[in-house]
Amino acid sequence: MTPLQMFAEVVIGGLMTGLMYSLVALGFVLIYKASTAFNFAQGAMVFFGAATVVGFAELGVPFWFSVLLAVGVMILLGVVTERVVMRPLVGQHEITLFMATIGLAFVVEGLAQLLWGVEVRRMDLGIPDVPIEWILTNTGLLITQFDFFAATVAAVLVGTLAVVFSRTKVGRGLRAVADDHGAALATGIPLQRIWMMVWAVAGIIALVAGMLWASRAGVQFALVFLALKALPVLIIGGFTSVPGVIVAGLLVGVAERMFEVYVGSPILGGGTEAWFPFIFAILFLLVRPEGLFGEKIIRRV
Amino acid sequence: MFYRETGNFRASYAQDARIFPLALDRVAILVLLALAVLVVPSFASNWLLMAILIPWLILSLAAIGQNIITGYTGQLSIGSAGFMAVGAFACFNFMLRIDGMPFLLAVLLAGLTTALVGVAFGLPSLRVRGLYLAVATLAAQFFIVWTLENVGWFTNYDPAGVMTAQPMVILGYHFASPAEKYLLVLAIVALLALAAKNMARSNIGRSWMAVRDMDVAAEVVGFRLMRTKLMAFAISSFYCGVAGALFAFAYLGTVEPSAFSILLSFQTLFMVIIGGLATILGSFLGAGFILLLPIFLAIFFDFVTGGVFDKALLSAFEVLLFGAFIIFFLIVEPHGLARLWQVAKERLRLWPFPH
Repeated sequence: MTPLQMFAEVVIGGLMTGLMYSLVALGFVLIYKASTAFNFAQGAMVFFGAATVVGFAELGVPFWFSVLLAVGVMILLGVVTERVVMRPLVGQHEITLFMATIGLAFVVEGLAQLLWGVEVRRMDLGIPDVPIEWILTNTGLLITQFDFFAATVAAVLVGTLAVVFSRTKVGRGLRAVADDHGAALATGIPLQRIWMMVWAVAGIIALVAGMLWASRAGVQFALVFLALKALPVLIIGGFTSVPGVIVAGLLVGVAERMFEVYVGSPILGGGTEAWFPFIFAILFLLVRPEGLFGEKIIRRV
Repeated sequence: MFYRETGNFRASYAQDARIFPLALDRVAILVLLALAVLVVPSFASNWLLMAILIPWLILSLAAIGQNIITGYTGQLSIGSAGFMAVGAFACFNFMLRIDGMPFLLAVLLAGLTTALVGVAFGLPSLRVRGLYLAVATLAAQFFIVWTLENVGWFTNYDPAGVMTAQPMVILGYHFASPAEKYLLVLAIVALLALAAKNMARSNIGRSWMAVRDMDVAAEVVGFRLMRTKLMAFAISSFYCGVAGALFAFAYLGTVEPSAFSILLSFQTLFMVIIGGLATILGSFLGAGFILLLPIFLAIFFDFVTGGVFDKALLSAFEVLLFGAFIIFFLIVEPHGLARLWQVAKERLRLWPFPH
């Protein structure tokens, strides 16, 4: 294939991976927006969500019903987390909250493996990973049906979230809480309920991300480390911006892929995906500390 | 009644500046050290030395390094395992490539190398703070491990990537048995812990804490931010580097990148949080807690379930309990075990009076 075709494929491959990163990062953004807590357990929740779906399916429950059950479980998980972990730690130092979510990550991982076992399992969404014929024949590019499905799902999710945030009463409440907890409380916005909702929604997003990732990679423990990959996405997009996370995810995915294909494999021996997104994020940070769409951090001394 | 402030007179500046102002404290520390040096090597089993005491000391050293950067200077760093790896590999390479290199000098040089690497990865701290800086240190962690795995020079082009650490020889004396390794590690850790305690009490420590509390105000008052932050990264990395060298030479016996994964980074961070930020005692207590908790859980489960359950399930439950424990600890005592100890000492000062 021509260099141009190869380039296009690399870019599209990167976009697809980036989209998946964005989905994971979306959960982070939600929780950070609402409670200024960085939820390290998001990766574990992705794994837990995928494992729950597959677990129920293996018990004989029909697939789409087990997805529904998993949604219920994730909501429950979110509510319990908010009640047991976050509420006692309100107002604590940022690092303490971060450490608590790391502890939570361990709890969720352990729970997932305890409930559903430790073997690697397949997630079958019924969408074959075969290239879309007419794109292949017309342009020679490899875009699979699954890629298309993932992109659609991500678009729908982001679109829904955007609409909820900007048009509904609940969304306004969320934005108020993100802006200033104290003021939100003073104006009568039910803070605890909003937080419970945010954690539940983040859990559902984790479930969706988990199902998509697991279709590609299988339901395995390594899904947990996705949380780490989502960090550069958050940095570049800004911790508090939903469109930023999407753009940043695509950017990180493409950059990582291009570096690996053009520099990593031929020159450096491969495996650069492990660290390139982070270095990329640092360089980005040095130029723009709040990320692309993040709010400018104003500190009063 | 016995543990009191009164009767402890300070007649000189040296006495005023003592780490332990109360005489009873000084006696207690001397007794503890005497026990550690004289009693433990003779009576402790090899398992106790190799599996508990030596890793506890080494991890405490790493925790001190982590405490310097996260506890005293307030810069969240998740790269300590990467720096430990640098220390281990630097020590290995210094001993490998320079004939007749003394072990202690190699450890010192390894620490200095790690300090340089730490400064390089600490440069972003001049521009970014908080979680953003954590990402920079995470980058350090992944990049360092990848470099050590992929650039053959560091592993001496060994095909397996795992090298046996050279024997530790000081002035002709070969430290081979667990008791000898324990004493060597104890000596190094005790000296470095003392140095850290004194650094924390001195001007350097105060500048770190000023940066932690409010760096803009610190700069306004006259602290040089760049120098303070980079110094913190350098010294913290030095400690992590020495800890890494000891980890590979005195504990594992092999030098390999996979021993210094991100899990170890998280472990040092946990140690520091649970032990108590900005305390040296906290580093020791936290390291002990993190090291002993999985062992206790394993023994407890073996006792309770008698080996009935599947090992994998049991380890999943241990992970769950570990996380739950950490959350519980953070809710109940966010200032860590050192604070609990401090509260106990304060109560003891007043005993038998209630207040």
